Amino acid sequence: MARSLTRAAPALTLLALLGPVAAGLAGTIAPAFGLLPALGGSEITLTPFRELLGWPGLPRAVFLSLFTGLAATMLALALTLLICAGWQGTRAFAALERALSPLLSVPHAAAAFGLAFLIAPSGWIARALALPLGWEQPPDLLILQDPRGLSLIAGLVVKEMPFLLLMTLAALPALRPAQSLATAQALGYGRVTAWAKVIMPRLYAQIRLPVYAVLAFSVSVVDVAMILGPGTPPPLAVQVLKWMNDPDLALRFRAAAGALLLLALTIAALLLWRGGEIAARRLSARWLVSGGRGHAEPLLRGLGLGLGALSAALVLLGLAGMAVWSLAGLWHFPELLPQGWTLRSWMRHGPDLLALFGRTMLIAATASGVAMVLTTACLEAEQRFGLRPGTRALWLLYLPLLVPQIAFLPGLQVAALLAGLDGTLAAVIAVHVVFVLPYAFLSLSDPYRALDPRYAAVAHALGKGPSATFWRVRLPMLLRPWLTAAAVSAAVSVGQYLPTLLIGGGRVPTLTTEALALASGGDRRVIGVTALAQTGAAFLPFALALLIPALAWRNRRGMRHG
Amino acid sequence: MIRHPMRNWLPLGLAALLSVTTPGLARAGADPADWEAVTAEARGQTVYWNAWGGADNVNAFIDWIGQQAQDQYAVTLEHVKLSDTAEAVSRVLAEKGAGKDEGGAIDLVWINGENFASMKRQGLLFGPWSEDLPNWQLTDPAANTALTADFTVPTEGLESPWGMAQLVFYHDTARLPEPPRSMAALSDWAAPNPGRFTYPQPPDFLGSTFLKQALIELTPDPDALSHPVDEADYAAATAPFWDWLDGLTPNLWRQGKAYPQTAQRMIQLMADNEIDIGFEFNPNAASNAIANFQLPDTVRSFVLEGGSLGNASFVAIPYNANAKAGAMVIANLLLSPEAQARMASPDELGFGTVLAMDRLSDAQVRLFDEIPVGIATLTPEELGPTLPEPHPSWMVKLEEDWTARYGVAR
Repeated sequence: MARSLTRAAPALTLLALLGPVAAGLAGTIAPAFGLLPALGGSEITLTPFRELLGWPGLPRAVFLSLFTGLAATMLALALTLLICAGWQGTRAFAALERALSPLLSVPHAAAAFGLAFLIAPSGWIARALALPLGWEQPPDLLILQDPRGLSLIAGLVVKEMPFLLLMTLAALPALRPAQSLATAQALGYGRVTAWAKVIMPRLYAQIRLPVYAVLAFSVSVVDVAMILGPGTPPPLAVQVLKWMNDPDLALRFRAAAGALLLLALTIAALLLWRGGEIAARRLSARWLVSGGRGHAEPLLRGLGLGLGALSAALVLLGLAGMAVWSLAGLWHFPELLPQGWTLRSWMRHGPDLLALFGRTMLIAATASGVAMVLTTACLEAEQRFGLRPGTRALWLLYLPLLVPQIAFLPGLQVAALLAGLDGTLAAVIAVHVVFVLPYAFLSLSDPYRALDPRYAAVAHALGKGPSATFWRVRLPMLLRPWLTAAAVSAAVSVGQYLPTLLIGGGRVPTLTTEALALASGGDRRVIGVTALAQTGAAFLPFALALLIPALAWRNRRGMRHG
Repeated sequence: MIRHPMRNWLPLGLAALLSVTTPGLARAGADPADWEAVTAEARGQTVYWNAWGGADNVNAFIDWIGQQAQDQYAVTLEHVKLSDTAEAVSRVLAEKGAGKDEGGAIDLVWINGENFASMKRQGLLFGPWSEDLPNWQLTDPAANTALTADFTVPTEGLESPWGMAQLVFYHDTARLPEPPRSMAALSDWAAPNPGRFTYPQPPDFLGSTFLKQALIELTPDPDALSHPVDEADYAAATAPFWDWLDGLTPNLWRQGKAYPQTAQRMIQLMADNEIDIGFEFNPNAASNAIANFQLPDTVRSFVLEGGSLGNASFVAIPYNANAKAGAMVIANLLLSPEAQARMASPDELGFGTVLAMDRLSDAQVRLFDEIPVGIATLTPEELGPTLPEPHPSWMVKLEEDWTARYGVAR
């Protein structure tokens, strides 16, 4: 029974992922071509696309989506690699690692609000300058919502870099970087250069899919773009959502066409990136073996550490800003701190949010539990039956991350309605699994595969069957990465807004849906409370992932650092 | 590689969308004219009221209504907090698309004029019912035409009013003692004070309202606005308005290169000393913001000379609502003098009442006489006349042109 289930796991997993995406996409393709009976659309037409092309903001919106998505991904990746190249294996790196991993749990919207309050012309940085410079009014500068989307790029970089770093850290041990580095450094290569030449090419192959996920996310992001991005026009994803929410229901057709264009843009961005990869490989081929030992090493190392620390500081300071706002009485520009402090915002919203905390956690625990079981079963099937997924199967696994959410969620809502599943807790959990599973797989697969197969061989030699080997050797040894993957998954579940709202029909409120509804009132005190509550919910699983191994292995010295 | 699994799903998804649905006549259950039957049917129902959840005082008021509904009618009220009313419209639309013509997820929705016009046109609303509510007798639709026309679209009993709103400006007397009181004066003031005024980006509701308000003041023939836009000489009617806006735009906050995305953002901009004048569609907004520590207590409200746009807030019942009787009970409760007086109090919402004082008993009128006045809230006399909304087609055209001129070109 268990054996056949394990064997079927990869197929089951793909079905759980692809079914909803395909059903949802079908529900988007139809209205894009004029088919939406509820609105009287009953024949196939290209009018939605014609209207889309006729919208005067389209060229700029398309450019913005591509530019901000590519730039943010490139910067986040470059920064991640620079930090690793300069500092991996050092004490400073361990400190940075500790500072960055919790940042993964900060919800995107919360991080964006925090960053906005730091860098706005009336924000904390400007307030710190206002006193010595004698400003009474904030300068009329276009920092947020700038037409080039630079603030948006910054917001995406500080949020995506910790994710890429975590994925890199998961992939690195299998590459045995210490040995390679020692060899290269013995040959006289500088540290950063050595890392770039002997580790990066092998590492990149391992983290390519996470990078693609970051790229697809950045091209189609909505919440961060609404807070930090330009508005005249906004990136395409934001505009599609605006059309979808427009009181003029006829715009739904145009919205569907826009959603398909967004999908095409995402694919185009991925292809462009792939082209860049190939070009970089060709161009670097000579450099790799040219024998240059590197220069500007201290500069590069300083840059990596400095930018990494800055990035962490921006998110943490932003959160601190939100914390202060949640306790603020009157607080005007250019005061650095509020005139008065009050618990009122917490008293007012805290009890409601606390009540929602339980349901949010239930959904997160169940969804990430299902995802972890499926992922573990898939990986175990690999070990036992050699059912290693090909590159194509892996692509399918990442489909929910690569297809823009707004391209398939509205269609998925209709599918859920047809199935009579909408508005139930079960349906919300099921749709969360779709978004959580890829992250579970992303986080667990490398450590799982990297585990030396000789452990299993020894266990077999000691007379243990595959089941016992799994439960008593592999799983305990992988406890820490397993829990980390579960925590990443749970944090992803906590942050889901659109899927929860659309599939839950508003009847399954979570911390996040409530937080966004409250935040729509625009009061920074309320935003502060909800952002912190959300961050707390997403952070809790990470804390558990650190705590449980420490407790479980308190009597097993050899396991503590494994 | 994507094709294979999709082949199995595509037909299902498409079939789902293509299945032509024929909504049955949306009048199930109790007849609103038979109020006793309605309350009997409502007993024990749970009403899901989808309403914007971004304001503490609104949420608290809805909680209070829920308490009353439970105590008086054994109706349970669940406030589904939305960040945008369109989420509710999308929901009903998806349900209709999926053929879910009864047992829908939404029983009552706080709706605005644009969404109402749209849902009415698409046949997504239940009714008529609102003029059969017992408390409808306490209103005077002949004297207050805003109760029977939402954005000039006749309500025809498909939605029930519960509060009056009006466009009201606010300024900080400590920074700007004498604010400009007309659109022309606003532009004159902005020239030497660049960057100190802005408006929410259309098609945000309040941003579009600002454009309409300016159009009414600046157009040569205001009467033309009450007819559909294609019956008027649009270019001539709007030319002075666009000239005025072209002159104002470079002097706006961020030189008009960016706009706040929502009305709520403007209060924050005011608190951050980024702008000197803000406005809201709730006459009590400034007092609320002062009570919430958002604005200093030197902020005061004002209206423009010649009156400002105003209209009523409504609730509507989707055609496939699950608890229609319960929803009607809530709507009727919203029209009760007790609820209206509570709502009108600046300590609660500060919306104007939709009831006609001359139709209330003395005791009921006293409820309203006892309402305190908020520090930054204007009295009904100070609020001045309410201007009628232009025909909705003007707003659509203005938004389109605004987007082409300022929204995408910079």
